[in-house]
Amino acid sequence: MSTDTLVRVEAMSRYYAEHCAVNDLSFTVQRGEVLGFLGPNGAGKTTTMQILCGVLAASGGTVSIAGHNIVEQPFLAKRHLGYLPEKPPLYREALVDEYLRYCAALRRLPRSARGEAIAKAKQRCGLAEEGGRLIANLSKGYQQRVGIAQAILHAPDVVVLDEPTSGLDPNQIVEIRALIRELSQDHSVILSTHILPEVQTTCDRVLIINHGRLVLDEALSALRSDQTLQHLHIALLHPPAVAELQVLDGVMEVTPLDTQRFRLACRRDGNTAAALARTAAQHDWGLYELIPQADNLEETFVQLTRGDYLERSPQEGRS
Amino acid sequence: MIFRVAAFELRRLFLSPLAWLLLATIQFLAAMFFYVLLSRYLSATGPHGAHGITEVVAAGMLQITGLVVLMVSPFLTMHLFSDERRSGTINLLFSSPVSVTELVLGKYLGVTAFLFLALAMIALMPLSLLPGTRLDLGMFAAGLLGLALLMLSVAAIGLFISTLTTRPVIAAGITFGVLFLLWIIHIAGHSAHGTVASVFLWLSMLAHYNRLLGGLVSSIDIAYYLLLAAASLALSIWRLDAMRTHHW
Repeated sequence: MSTDTLVRVEAMSRYYAEHCAVNDLSFTVQRGEVLGFLGPNGAGKTTTMQILCGVLAASGGTVSIAGHNIVEQPFLAKRHLGYLPEKPPLYREALVDEYLRYCAALRRLPRSARGEAIAKAKQRCGLAEEGGRLIANLSKGYQQRVGIAQAILHAPDVVVLDEPTSGLDPNQIVEIRALIRELSQDHSVILSTHILPEVQTTCDRVLIINHGRLVLDEALSALRSDQTLQHLHIALLHPPAVAELQVLDGVMEVTPLDTQRFRLACRRDGNTAAALARTAAQHDWGLYELIPQADNLEETFVQLTRGDYLERSPQEGRS
Repeated sequence: MIFRVAAFELRRLFLSPLAWLLLATIQFLAAMFFYVLLSRYLSATGPHGAHGITEVVAAGMLQITGLVVLMVSPFLTMHLFSDERRSGTINLLFSSPVSVTELVLGKYLGVTAFLFLALAMIALMPLSLLPGTRLDLGMFAAGLLGLALLMLSVAAIGLFISTLTTRPVIAAGITFGVLFLLWIIHIAGHSAHGTVASVFLWLSMLAHYNRLLGGLVSSIDIAYYLLLAAASLALSIWRLDAMRTHHW
């Protein structure tokens, strides 16, 4: 597995009339990497993916796929691309096999390789038995699989998946995530989503964009790296002074959230929460909430994108 | 690639009941006019005496069939690109290593292949008279050429209009309006004089069609239809290319 750069985006921007959907975005994706693309609704995720895949043209900046500029050498670049848009691009009146054969032709697979490629894609997506079915008659989960099969059919170096698990049931989500992990062994995968656990279970690196700007580009392992600290949210009916909480054993920092709620940064040793509960009971603070904060990714995401939901007007939110 | 796109388009057309219905409509109406004209010719005593059977029956049928094609083809072309845009399959096409020109020409070829199938079936009816009578085959061939050219231009205009909207019904409505205007625009020339009148007359689909039906094959009529088709296709390619760069 070589570690060459398959996707290189430099200073990419995109305007819809006056509105700037993507602003000066730069990142790279290596072979074998799964990149999670996060952002609140309307942050510019879909626009970015469409530009990556050559569906939209960027207003500025460059995109190259496997070394080929998507504007100057679109055919060469697109041969290395598989794209599953938010809405799977399916012809409802076609049979699954018929549809995949057409996709194989569109992707310019040599005629001799098509049969094998289709069989392999169907097998990977759990569609081996569905070849003769009409796409319109498939359930949403299976339609999504056909959409993924279409994206990986030609064994592209870069697979771009826009919210691949939306609308699926929990079992199907688990299956699709396993498939994405499997794909990452020989492809680069760019995965757009607003589901944080999805990123944690499948991605190596995470990009967070907000207002079309890149606000975070970090390996997931780095986000998890701060293992010595744990955050607790507590709520007390009769809270003591902040200073009193501060001196508790294992508590490093106290941030009051309102008159009754506090966020505590504690040493991660497992005893702090228990000790806190005991102390609260002794002093009759009326502890009624004690929530260990799930993870750093969620916190990071909220910190980086907080407050936008209220500030932004709805029509700004198109992507 | 153009042929692959065309084959898939044609196959999709035949997978929908609409295509069969339209084919049946064209055939039924053409057959009805053929029968009416033929029986009128056979029972004619006076006015038709001077005209041959090719002119009355074959050309007469082709003229009305031209109008039928004009009315039916918007339903055929309305889906071409509007459906791709609405269902999101345009993303598949645009992210594939296929040029917009190939897509446009492929779809155009698919839909004209369908129309030519209708043309072949229409042509069979006057030809069925051959065992019993003599047809002016030259004149009939000119008429068929006229219908073929009409189909080429009508399909191209419909294809262009289907790139403008995501709603097939709107595409069909606009296409019909444009085609009908082009069909009868020479009427607008009646009240004008000189150059203006001749421009309106030149723009009229019907005027060019009638000359071909009369057996007169002139390059100006052929050029008219081909120009109309080529301009529409060029506009379609231009429009689809522009979609990537502009807001849509």
